[in-house]
Amino acid sequence: MTTAALSSLRGSRRAGTRLGEWDRRARPLLLLLPSLLCLGAFTYWPIASVVVDSFFGRRLGEKVASFAGIGNYLRLATDGKFEAAALNNLVYAVLTVVPSVALALAFALLLQRSTRFTAVLRALLFFPTMIPLIGAAALWTFLFLPTVGLIDYYIGRLVPLSINWLGDPDTALMALSIVTVWKNAGYYMLFYIAALQAVPGELVEAAILDGAGAWQRLRHVILPQIAPTTAFVAVIALIQSVTAVDHVIVMTHGGPNDATNLLLFYVFQTATELHDSGKAAAATVVTLAILLLVSGFGMRAFERGAAHAD
Amino acid sequence: MRINGAAVAGIAAAFAIALVWSAPLLWMLVASLRPDSYGALDIASLWPSGPLSFENFREAFESGDFLVCYLNTLIVVAGTLGVQLVTVSLAGYAFARLRFPGRDLVFYLFLLQLMIVPPVLIVPNFKTVTALGIHDTLWAVMAPYWASAFGTFLMRQAFKSIPRDFEDAAAIDGCNVIQLLRYVLLPIAKPALIAFSIVSVVAHWNEFLWPLMAIDSPGKRTLTLGLATFVSGAEGAAEWGLIAAGTLIVSLPLLAGFVVFQRQFVNSFVFSGIK
Repeated sequence: MTTAALSSLRGSRRAGTRLGEWDRRARPLLLLLPSLLCLGAFTYWPIASVVVDSFFGRRLGEKVASFAGIGNYLRLATDGKFEAAALNNLVYAVLTVVPSVALALAFALLLQRSTRFTAVLRALLFFPTMIPLIGAAALWTFLFLPTVGLIDYYIGRLVPLSINWLGDPDTALMALSIVTVWKNAGYYMLFYIAALQAVPGELVEAAILDGAGAWQRLRHVILPQIAPTTAFVAVIALIQSVTAVDHVIVMTHGGPNDATNLLLFYVFQTATELHDSGKAAAATVVTLAILLLVSGFGMRAFERGAAHAD
Repeated sequence: MRINGAAVAGIAAAFAIALVWSAPLLWMLVASLRPDSYGALDIASLWPSGPLSFENFREAFESGDFLVCYLNTLIVVAGTLGVQLVTVSLAGYAFARLRFPGRDLVFYLFLLQLMIVPPVLIVPNFKTVTALGIHDTLWAVMAPYWASAFGTFLMRQAFKSIPRDFEDAAAIDGCNVIQLLRYVLLPIAKPALIAFSIVSVVAHWNEFLWPLMAIDSPGKRTLTLGLATFVSGAEGAAEWGLIAAGTLIVSLPLLAGFVVFQRQFVNSFVFSGIK
């Protein structure tokens, strides 16, 4: 079918040579244009415009925003809510990245061999990745419910915990972290399974011959081999900890007492509920800067890890 | 014997973890199928009680406008992917095969989208869609995703792995770039197209924050927006069986797709790591 289609198109050959040089030069631009238009409108332009907006503010009663200098940033720096959001996000990053990466590796080590049985278990661990974060939030809101919820119903029978997970400022951020870890660990596991399957068998066998125990093999042979994967997974998990706040919006709305306020939630709330566009823009710029730093460092670590594995 | 013991312990551990991990979804299934009257005290039980009942689903569909939301989500997912497939194929080909001044710079400009994901840009993008006059339309939900750096890189890798002979033959036949892609390269790069499609569909089916910004009218809500509204209503009444049913309604298509096409899904998601 392909050849038939091709020969029927031979007619266009002359037109092609006539356009010749111009066509060759314009071709890359034409091919990239659709993507660049969209990237321009929804990635480059918004970055530029949000930086500009962060220097403007609208005072009460003014119709047009006026130049505010670094006023928005000063207001941000003195806003306790923003400080809480930044600190919370740091804690949240640690509470989500470390356990989800560690669990992903543990899952992958347990399930690295491909059998019918491990395929079922892998699927069970991966399922949470497929459901929307908003759905996970709905389910876990019930799970965390004091007394009647799933956690108290089962674990509460063994140990009387009676923790008000989402209602207590001391546990709310941890509760949100648990949702995130539950949702993402199975996803990261896939990368580790792929990485473990790529570890040369001779290396592991040589270590066994040298009398290395399971723990030593893991620490001195396997972990260095899969270091690029660890760096990579840690970066995606870090980016997730800044960019995914759907569960904050529906489970806690940043509360109680701003205990679960995260950067992007702060941006969302400042823009949609407080209608403070200058401050929301400044907070976006700070969040963008953090995100770029994280990705930038991550890329470096990833490349170093890759070099190390060679 | 020692190795056997360790293997058994490993399997037991894996089984126990998988059981704990599936508890929330198992609860969703059991609670959604439990009749209302059986739900008072043991709503958290993972053991089905009472006769199998679809009452919760009926009620969820009646009060949640899920059919409209389904339609909107289908439009968004298809409308996003359809345009993406065109843009990523064209750009992927340019990066894979053409030499042009500034190629590295443009490549880095694409890379930027992988780091700065659209959710962070909700504030300026909201301004943009308002200025374009598409706020509160499904166009606004789709438009920011019409270019995909991830898809572009995936297609670039796929095209690079195809021997040039195919193109030379097509060039002799007088094929232009579009025909070359349509009839020669894309059929060969089908696995990459499928991988990208799965990742894209899952991402946009589940997306919440940007649609929340972009949509006001109830009639234009996507599934995730519908679910959030529905849940906040049912939560007040502590109708947990109903919430379980609503969550299942929203999640079922992707979960079912995963069960049926498990291998393709897993491969796609591992591919998504290449970004």
